[in-house]
Amino acid sequence: MAQAFFGGVHPHDMKAATNEKAIEQLPAPAEVVIPMSMHFGAPCTPLVKAGDEVKVGQKIGEFRGLGAPIHASVSGKVKSVEPRPFSMGGSMMSVIIENDFQDTVSEEVQAPADPDVLPVDQMVEIVKNAGIVGMGGATFPTHVKISGGIGKVDTVIINGAECEPYITGDHRTMLERPEEIIGGATYLAKMFGVDKVVIGVEDNKQNGIDAMKRVISEKNAPVVVESLRCRYPQGGEKQLCQAVTGKQVPPGGLPSDIGCAVFNINTTCAIFRAITTGMPVVRKIVTVSGSGVVEPKNIECPVGTPVSCLLDFCGGVKDGTYKLIAGGPMMGMAQYTADIPVAKGTGAILAFCEQEEQTVEHPQCIRCGKCVSVCPVHLEPLFMYQYASKGMADELNEAHIMDCMECGACSYICPARMHLTHMFKTGKQLVKDKMAADKAAAEAKKAKEA
Amino acid sequence: MTDYKSLKLIATSNPHIRGSETTRSIMLDVMIALVPALGFACFNFGFRALSLTAVSVAGCFFWEWLYRMLMKKPLSINDLSCAVTGMLLAFVCPVQMPYWMILIGDFFAIIVVKQLFGGIGKNFLNPALAGRAILLASYAGVMTTWADPAAEKAALVGANLDLVTTATPLAMMKGGQFADLLGQYNVADMFIGRIPGSLGEVSALALLIGGAYLVWRKVINWQTPVSYIATVAVLSFLFPKAGTGAEWMLYSVFGGGLFLGAIFMATDYATSPVTKKGQLIFGIGCGLFTILIRYFGSYNEGVCYSIMVMNLLVPLIDKYTKPTRFGVVKSDKKEAAK
Repeated sequence: MAQAFFGGVHPHDMKAATNEKAIEQLPAPAEVVIPMSMHFGAPCTPLVKAGDEVKVGQKIGEFRGLGAPIHASVSGKVKSVEPRPFSMGGSMMSVIIENDFQDTVSEEVQAPADPDVLPVDQMVEIVKNAGIVGMGGATFPTHVKISGGIGKVDTVIINGAECEPYITGDHRTMLERPEEIIGGATYLAKMFGVDKVVIGVEDNKQNGIDAMKRVISEKNAPVVVESLRCRYPQGGEKQLCQAVTGKQVPPGGLPSDIGCAVFNINTTCAIFRAITTGMPVVRKIVTVSGSGVVEPKNIECPVGTPVSCLLDFCGGVKDGTYKLIAGGPMMGMAQYTADIPVAKGTGAILAFCEQEEQTVEHPQCIRCGKCVSVCPVHLEPLFMYQYASKGMADELNEAHIMDCMECGACSYICPARMHLTHMFKTGKQLVKDKMAADKAAAEAKKAKEA
Repeated sequence: MTDYKSLKLIATSNPHIRGSETTRSIMLDVMIALVPALGFACFNFGFRALSLTAVSVAGCFFWEWLYRMLMKKPLSINDLSCAVTGMLLAFVCPVQMPYWMILIGDFFAIIVVKQLFGGIGKNFLNPALAGRAILLASYAGVMTTWADPAAEKAALVGANLDLVTTATPLAMMKGGQFADLLGQYNVADMFIGRIPGSLGEVSALALLIGGAYLVWRKVINWQTPVSYIATVAVLSFLFPKAGTGAEWMLYSVFGGGLFLGAIFMATDYATSPVTKKGQLIFGIGCGLFTILIRYFGSYNEGVCYSIMVMNLLVPLIDKYTKPTRFGVVKSDKKEAAK
């Protein structure tokens, strides 16, 4: 039985708008904008220039250090390579491709002769070349996670919690493509050399659990599905590890420290597709929902599709839409323009036009302690807020602000509507600056003494 | 299709949704939870219980509005916290007290204790209790004259000239008249509240209903009231001054302001610890001081002062009851604490 983690909140899941709608294919967009940063790590270097012809699956961005390569998602001509707005805020060097609507597949995309007999190192190489990153939103390069975890990891977990409200892409994938998930999970079991892989799913997706269980018994796959309590942030990597194994990842540590590795449902599907067909990550399932969307849908589209195309496909947005979010309502980023493209980590596009976020003019903490009881990292947000608002960097650090994962549970529950999560983002910067200044001062002192 | 360029988008930090609970809804819940006790007070002491409460609430609204306006601070009366203070202050006063007197208590509670320290959430003493303490110090006579609910209620409606006064159960217990007390009120009287005492404190039953509502609505945690009442119960059971331990315990728990204090005063957010562990310690401390004051102090009742003493210890309790952060296993706590 799944263990409970301490804390968390129960937002209304709002999934009814899209959880019974099949994934639709978006009509090919006339133009895609592919940002050179869709992963955790330094941006890629573009390999193409304006005027070049590109094909689907052709590598157009190469990574250095930590990262993953980027591929063309449509065939056509490169219109330009220039900075464009992207979902993580600000601008990013992007390759803009004019679609020729031919969908010519690049000769770089080669399916292995017999995927089931590939040795582990070749499978990891395929994952690396396919540009697979954590599709749940964290976008950590998957090949790094696998090669770093082999030998250390005894529990491989597939994250199907999908605890963010509104988002239903993983749920629909479970219903419509269970064999891809189970196939990918089987490859992961082989790569890590483990007997079984655990898929953790929140219990509000019972039909998804059933669909996967059917495939598991048909294929006799080394996979088990575990039903988890419905609670945000159940899909947080560390929370999920605790729910499945009962162990807690130490502060500042990684799941591999307690022998766990966590992969998102759609990352698992991407691994399956890369190993069986050779196709890199060029498409993404996005849930378009929220009160401001005329007709909410689950859509599969090429990576780089402008968000405005997705919204148009859903009938546009309603008047009075005041917020556009890339990602879920709890951790997603509010956008200032609809000119951003879908990236590998974009799981949802939400538009709000009602009273989703109620703010008050002069919020004042009433010390109710609810933030303390919901914090999944067991911190004390109300005190951290006081330190941050007064610029007390040392106290913030002692209150372990760097452990905060910005899940938003404290702000969600706060009856006084304090801007807690916002304050912690600036507070973390404060601590980093202070640490850098302290280090510089110590070095200057040392140099003086020497 | 939509012209996306014309959208007026706000880019704020996550999260983009909020829970339904607000400061105002919490305060409304507390007021709702106080209604059974207020209803019983009207039944017990007559209509004056309601009018005194209404005057007190109006007074708190007025003082808060006046202060915020004079100091040119954003108005805060909409959060209804001052209404809760007004109700609670009336609940800890004797029912026949003059209206002007409770307005003085309101002034002290709202302006001196709450607003001068920065308003809601910043005060370190419970405003209603501090208001009562100042009234008790200033008008000891009125504040310790108790109406007899068994006497003619009509006398309470108009003037307080013909008032029939009596001693509270706790006063009788302190004065060595426990045997008389047992004859005068049975345990059911004590629990239901057919006894003299402050306006809102007499009915343990009505307060318990309110407390259950607050726990159900997740406005308060059970830790504070349960540990507080349990501490008083255990200590009075172990050390009865007269009668059997069980009798002494029941009369100690139901007589006086223990339920009102434990459920509505000790759980005040601003003046109690933020962690559940801290709240347990806070409740036990309140119980301990209540018994010490009742047994060894010069007052009959110790609830008010015991909570105020514990209010002052809250920063200390908060400091030593910090939750263990995620990932730190008990055995290597010391190592991680460095």
